Amino acid sequence: MTTRLKLAVWKFASCDGCQLQILDCEDELLVLAEVVDIAYFKEATRHEDPGPYDLSLVEGSITTAHDAERIRQVRAQSRILVTIGACATSGGIQALKNFDDVAVYKSIVYATPAYVSSLATSTPIADHVTVDYAIPGCPIDKTMLLRFLSALLAGRKPDIPTHTACVACKHSGVACLMVRGIPCMGPVTRAGCDALCPKFARGCFGCFGPSETANVDALIAQWREMGVDEATIMRAFHTFQAWAPPFRQVGDVVKSQTSPSRGASQGQGRQGHD
Amino acid sequence: MTEETGPRTKVIQVDYLARVEGEGAMYIRLNGDVVEDVQLKIFEPPRFFEALLRGRSFTEAPDITARICGICPVAYQMSAVHAMERACGVRVGGTLRELRRLLYCGEWIASHSLHIYLLHAPDFLGYAGAVDMARDHPALVKQGLALKKVGNAIMRAIGGREVHAINVRLGGFYRTPSRQDMTALRTEIAAGLSLARETVRWAAKLDFPTLELDYEFVALRHPTEYPFCEGRVVSSTDLDIDVAEWDDNFEEQQVAHSTALHAVRKGRGPYFVGPMARYNLNRDKLFDSTRALAEEVGLEAKVRNPFRSIIVRALEVVWACEEALRIIDAYAPPPQPAIEVLPRAATAWAATEAPRGLLVHRYTIDAAGLIRDANIVPPTSQNQKTIEDDLRAFITQHTHLADAELQWRCEQTIRNYDPCISCATHFLDLQVERTHGH
Repeated sequence: MTTRLKLAVWKFASCDGCQLQILDCEDELLVLAEVVDIAYFKEATRHEDPGPYDLSLVEGSITTAHDAERIRQVRAQSRILVTIGACATSGGIQALKNFDDVAVYKSIVYATPAYVSSLATSTPIADHVTVDYAIPGCPIDKTMLLRFLSALLAGRKPDIPTHTACVACKHSGVACLMVRGIPCMGPVTRAGCDALCPKFARGCFGCFGPSETANVDALIAQWREMGVDEATIMRAFHTFQAWAPPFRQVGDVVKSQTSPSRGASQGQGRQGHD
Repeated sequence: MTEETGPRTKVIQVDYLARVEGEGAMYIRLNGDVVEDVQLKIFEPPRFFEALLRGRSFTEAPDITARICGICPVAYQMSAVHAMERACGVRVGGTLRELRRLLYCGEWIASHSLHIYLLHAPDFLGYAGAVDMARDHPALVKQGLALKKVGNAIMRAIGGREVHAINVRLGGFYRTPSRQDMTALRTEIAAGLSLARETVRWAAKLDFPTLELDYEFVALRHPTEYPFCEGRVVSSTDLDIDVAEWDDNFEEQQVAHSTALHAVRKGRGPYFVGPMARYNLNRDKLFDSTRALAEEVGLEAKVRNPFRSIIVRALEVVWACEEALRIIDAYAPPPQPAIEVLPRAATAWAATEAPRGLLVHRYTIDAAGLIRDANIVPPTSQNQKTIEDDLRAFITQHTHLADAELQWRCEQTIRNYDPCISCATHFLDLQVERTHGH
């Protein structure tokens, strides 16, 4: 019997970008396949071994009753379950519908909405089953994934960063964009991308989700001082990580401080289609 | 899985297709040698992008629509920026336009290499997947991964990362590469070009099942270039339109077995988009060196057997490497990374050529730049009906095959299109049902 780690990769509602990061490990993929037994990975192979699995990597969020049941079956067959990416970890961009009426959404996209079965919400995997580790990012960073797998294989505790992108940015020696008047979510966003956007002169847009103890209110106050309007603030927090607390609650903060003349009619993005 | 469901009827089905992007299934019902029903089922849960785009800023469309597909996000970004720029009356030319083409070359190289080597080759060589294939053909798989890496190197350099580039914006980029960045990239792409040429020569020698149908091919056509982001929408029959005339010529239909809408050409029916359509309609726009390679390996001027799409894909990787080198050799950093794009109330269309085929976006924005309406027509939803037609024709010609072999060849028939199901859902489970008629 082999003692290789038995790996399964699962997909729920998602874009496939996070599991593609596994195939994007061009230099490491074949080595990885030697040290782990790829037992179930539909995007890569038609071969499948039945569970149980040592490690399940789960991509995507739960948006249908069928998937809510399927994730329980995945959990039951998995010793360690790890969510990969924003969809699995916090519901993904499709969680924007959680703030709205899904019937309206269906009717916008489909002529016969009755054919489409979909829950009213897009929810993270952890809302349904116990998750052992969560790898953040939209998409995940393949280096972080490889470090995670190496730690697991070596029997070390995986080190997933919880500090902010802002700290990582300082370490990289990038001049602060906020100082130059460019709104940046780095102070409230988890590290993991190595300050990618600031290095490209673009403000962080939070695709790795909130950092531990993110002080969202302080950042919003700073953005207001920089002249950023309420609708833009709202949209910034409510994009790829909209359902992750405390980004989720930003709508309440912004709405309560928005005067009718400012932003309310334009944007509050989420009400735009009613 | 094959199931005798009655004295005459047999069902072949695959509940969850492998080596395609996203969740789809196949269902085929046979009565003796007669194919009674073929369904390419898409059960990928819908994510309602067209709805969630409403109320967002026009500047957000490239990053949001990128999340429709992790395998061709650059295509979504390119269709989105071109549609928004058309809406605002802005045309991005010169070096910024060239950099966009370079980024798109990266996606074509990475996506096509992924499909050729990791998703499609195992069907031709009889393996469940590339990792199994690598045990017997390590050099082949390593060549594929090295070529894929070249595409990803371009996307990292120009877009910031391999999946969901962060450097694309309306009007251009956030930061443009230095001359030195380009020099490092050039060495990798030159090595990739040699691998790509070898890929074409290898692919041309594969065994191809027979299948030829009378397809209508649809692709962009540009006066001087192999198509990426601009050109008229043309077909192998009589179509020649601006993409703004899309609704007059095409329509999307909802079917019960799919969360992906089926696109058809009005008054004609199914059509075919993707590498074969591009090549058949734009062969004259390839570089002379690329076309010479096609001739060297005996690739016909009009490819009609979809199993041969693997050669065309490989040829497009060669072209994309050559185009990338051309862009890099002429590159001088532009004075500004982006030109200003100011919103105005308008409706605009754009179509670009995603690795899998034509990707159409239409947006209506208001004077403040908020999106009022969005419509996205991805390549796989356009190919769905054609894929079902292929399955019907293939099975009719190959009913002598044993069930397991027939099922695998049917899966391969679907993978000929490199279907992208996450895209289409706004894809697949194979079932073949057989009835033994007397």
